[in-house]
Amino acid sequence: MVEPLIKIINLSAYFGNLCVLKNLNIEIYKNEILGIIGPANSGKTTFLRALNRLNYLQANYHQKGKILLEGKDIREIKDSILRKKIGIVFALPQVLPMSIYENVAYGPKVHGLRKREHLDSIVEEALKKAYLWEEVKDRLHTPANKLSGGQQQRLCIARVLAVEPEVILYDEPCSGLDPISTAKIEEAMRVLQENYTQILVTNNTKQAARVTQRCAFFLMGELIESNATSILFTSPEDKRTDDYIRGRFG
Amino acid sequence: MFSKLQKIKESILEFFIRGSGILIILFVVLIFLFLLKDSLFFFKSYPLKDFFTQKKWLPISEPPSFGIIPLLLGSIYVTFFAIIICVPLGMGCAMFIAEVAPSFLRNILKSFVEILAAIPSVVLGFIGIVWLGPLVKKIFSIPTGMCGFTGSLLLAFMALPTIISISEDALRSVPYTYKEAAFGLGATKWQTLWRVILPAASSGIIAAIMLGIGRVIGETMVVMMVTGNSPIIPSSILEPLRTLTATIASEMGETVRGGLHYFALFSVGLILFIITFIINFLADLFLHRSKK
Repeated sequence: MVEPLIKIINLSAYFGNLCVLKNLNIEIYKNEILGIIGPANSGKTTFLRALNRLNYLQANYHQKGKILLEGKDIREIKDSILRKKIGIVFALPQVLPMSIYENVAYGPKVHGLRKREHLDSIVEEALKKAYLWEEVKDRLHTPANKLSGGQQQRLCIARVLAVEPEVILYDEPCSGLDPISTAKIEEAMRVLQENYTQILVTNNTKQAARVTQRCAFFLMGELIESNATSILFTSPEDKRTDDYIRGRFG
Repeated sequence: MFSKLQKIKESILEFFIRGSGILIILFVVLIFLFLLKDSLFFFKSYPLKDFFTQKKWLPISEPPSFGIIPLLLGSIYVTFFAIIICVPLGMGCAMFIAEVAPSFLRNILKSFVEILAAIPSVVLGFIGIVWLGPLVKKIFSIPTGMCGFTGSLLLAFMALPTIISISEDALRSVPYTYKEAAFGLGATKWQTLWRVILPAASSGIIAAIMLGIGRVIGETMVVMMVTGNSPIIPSSILEPLRTLTATIASEMGETVRGGLHYFALFSVGLILFIITFIINFLADLFLHRSKK
């Protein structure tokens, strides 16, 4: 049996008194794409943000249980280091108000990289991996918010890649995008799989079926079941999973 | 019947609102024309060139000399130092309130800033004469504490509330997503504040500083009370000087109505009006750019 990269043990999460994740146990393996599906308000986003402690930006958040990254409790890792290792792409593309180049170079700069040539090569590499280089190479120093939605989202992926993470979290990355942009992002994910572990939260069950190897179904803060995608989508163990996948609710 | 009454009511209301709006514009234009008219009287008998090149302001000597340079320099000196003091302080305070302080402290701080804005300037001037002036005198061992620096300190104090509240608004209106994105990349609180939030709020912050400058340059009572009131070209901020505003306020009472000195003061007023107008205009420009 392979050791999991991330191991989540009895994770419960609360906003104030509201419990949004209930006693979750799941393992994430290196170089897989894990899909997380489920209706709205089932705790998918909270789960994702628990992994790099972004939930703690909300004042009333607290959690119980353990999250182990390579066997080490993430509470023992400094926030900035943890978030460098576990990058996140948000639902709406969140480009920063600067140029395309600066957006990608921002992460490495934050982590102390200064050399111009080095930054240049990181930016180029990251943009290439995110399938954006060809479209922007001639206008790297124009404002990033001039890009289309799909390009902005790929820019956000490039920005995450630039800090050389081990894990990339996607929070419904294609929710506002057209099919072609979506296809490009999915293609990028497939190629990235070689070097990265990816977790994809999505409302689009078909997308989960297309790109993930394993899938977990969340409902009302509970993990109902997780299994290899091919099994989960063809013969789920739980009736609720079956109902959701067949579109009976959610 | 009822609808007719309603219509009359509405048209009266509309007339009133429209009238108030136009009246404001009218007031500004009238003040400008009023200043311009009396200034023109002055420039008819006193050459415009001398007004801007003479190095002395001697309104009652014979022949009188009306050089605005010492007064202009006085205003610029005091304003410059006041801004140097209050911009870092105000920015620090705004950043603390907007980004760092827990919410209960934020509310306390905000109400204190508002109280600061409500202190009458004459009270500050009083504090300046009794306490700050002598302190400045002792610290720098200069012959008198009634100097430009004392004025700058008090003016900085007066401009703080404007700068704090407007730049705090600008900082807080930076979208939350920027912060999340920066944190998501592993930036620390300071890196996020410095490299993302500050640049994003920069035009609002510049507007805040401009409005602060406008407040400082137009302030009269404090500078009249603590800057020593001597209309000479100051060689350092630690010397007594006199600003444009203080000149008008302190000399207007002694002039002959309709005399050359009287009109000279109106010209000083006109210059002041133009300066504050430009500053407010620039502030507006930046503020609008930040809204876009």
